[in-house]
Amino acid sequence: MKKKSITVPDPIVNIIDLALYYGKTKALKEINLDISKKKITSFIGPSGCGKSTLIRCLNRMNDLIDSVAIEGCIKIDGQDIYAPAVDVTELRKKVGMVFQKPNPFPKTIYENVVYGPRVQGINKKSILDELCENALKKAALWDEVKDRLRVNALDLSGGQQQRICIARAIATEPEIILLDEPCSALDPIATAKIEDMLVELKKDYTVIIVTHNMQQAARISDYTGFFMLGELIEFNVTTDIFTNPQEKETEDYITGRFG
Amino acid sequence: MTREAYHKALKNLESEVLQMGNMVAHAVRKSVEALQKRDINVSNEIVKNDLLINKKRFDIEEKCISLIATQQPMAGDLRELTSILSIVTDLERMGDHAEGIAKINILLGDEPLVKPLIDIPRMADIGLSMLDTCLKAFIKRDIEMARRICNDDDQVDALHDQIYRELLVLMMENPKIIHMATYLTWVSHNLERIADRVTNIAERIVFMVTGKMEEINVSKY
Repeated sequence: MKKKSITVPDPIVNIIDLALYYGKTKALKEINLDISKKKITSFIGPSGCGKSTLIRCLNRMNDLIDSVAIEGCIKIDGQDIYAPAVDVTELRKKVGMVFQKPNPFPKTIYENVVYGPRVQGINKKSILDELCENALKKAALWDEVKDRLRVNALDLSGGQQQRICIARAIATEPEIILLDEPCSALDPIATAKIEDMLVELKKDYTVIIVTHNMQQAARISDYTGFFMLGELIEFNVTTDIFTNPQEKETEDYITGRFG
Repeated sequence: MTREAYHKALKNLESEVLQMGNMVAHAVRKSVEALQKRDINVSNEIVKNDLLINKKRFDIEEKCISLIATQQPMAGDLRELTSILSIVTDLERMGDHAEGIAKINILLGDEPLVKPLIDIPRMADIGLSMLDTCLKAFIKRDIEMARRICNDDDQVDALHDQIYRELLVLMMENPKIIHMATYLTWVSHNLERIADRVTNIAERIVFMVTGKMEEINVSKY
């Protein structure tokens, strides 16, 4: 990291000197950062600053892009996730992801939620039923859909679809949930529901969220990292970032003077 | 409001704080001059004009609240707006103290003063110079300038002590002047409070620039 940073308590993720190239373009420049367990950490910064690229490194989504080359190291629970022995499927089970646009499968609500456990080989209906109910409850959706679990998930509202996606991620019992601008396609009410839910979720999970909505980062996250042009400019307790940032670039960005 | 318009609105607010500061400085200066010259017309004017200072404070507050509600200011901008809310409260109270001095002059009527006014105008001069420096520090974001102001407050406190002692002796010597002398201690008290309010503003300037709340002046009173 270039400048101001802090040490967080009880880190679950350690990002050490991480650099990432798309072909010859260096999209992440020697990122050093720890993520605290069972906290919400948000990444903010102008478009193209590398924040989404960084969270995609945490469950190796970037492996799917041919031109990507990675240097440095990411450890989750002390284990290097880029080590040759790592089973990427297991990693993605442990590190779930939710995307910007809700992307439920064209299946029933129930089948969406139990998709992960089924892939993992769980077929017993009673277990799947329980996993489905728990996941939907944690995603604050159970009361709204419990009577229509056989309805196609695509028939739900955008906010509900996004919570289905979060329930789908929770159903595989991950440790970490990554969210890449999960509310940018939602209205303020649906956004408020997701935010309340995320704050509940941090009792059990570590949440990492990329957001363009700075008020959202300020409202829900415990720690905030500000990125610019592939660099982590500043990482600190969220209230400090939004009331008294130490770096001029952070100040200029969050006060709307550029970006 | 575009981002550009918002930043312009912030700058305009700074000018309005300066204007309000100048209105208050004028009221303080004139209140003591009127007392020296025993000019009740000027004192009446100060009492009347205090309403304008109050109104200015509400105008600035409303603009701050509107910017907070519509622009979601962050970091330095947020600190500036919350500081302005606090600064205008202090300025408004200083205006009330000037009004207090004007009212004392009105109450005194044409009764002669129990002693010549020497230290009271001196207190006013120091207080006004502190306010002037403070407004400059606000515009320049100069925290060293703001911190220095607080040293001057000690001089004002010392003069207040001196005036109080002097008047106490006069009252012991001649109990008939007690009510007149008490009025003068109130004038001195008002000036002491004015200087203290300036140090509050200085503390806000330090917060506005550094983000740290610190008490830079522990007043004797």
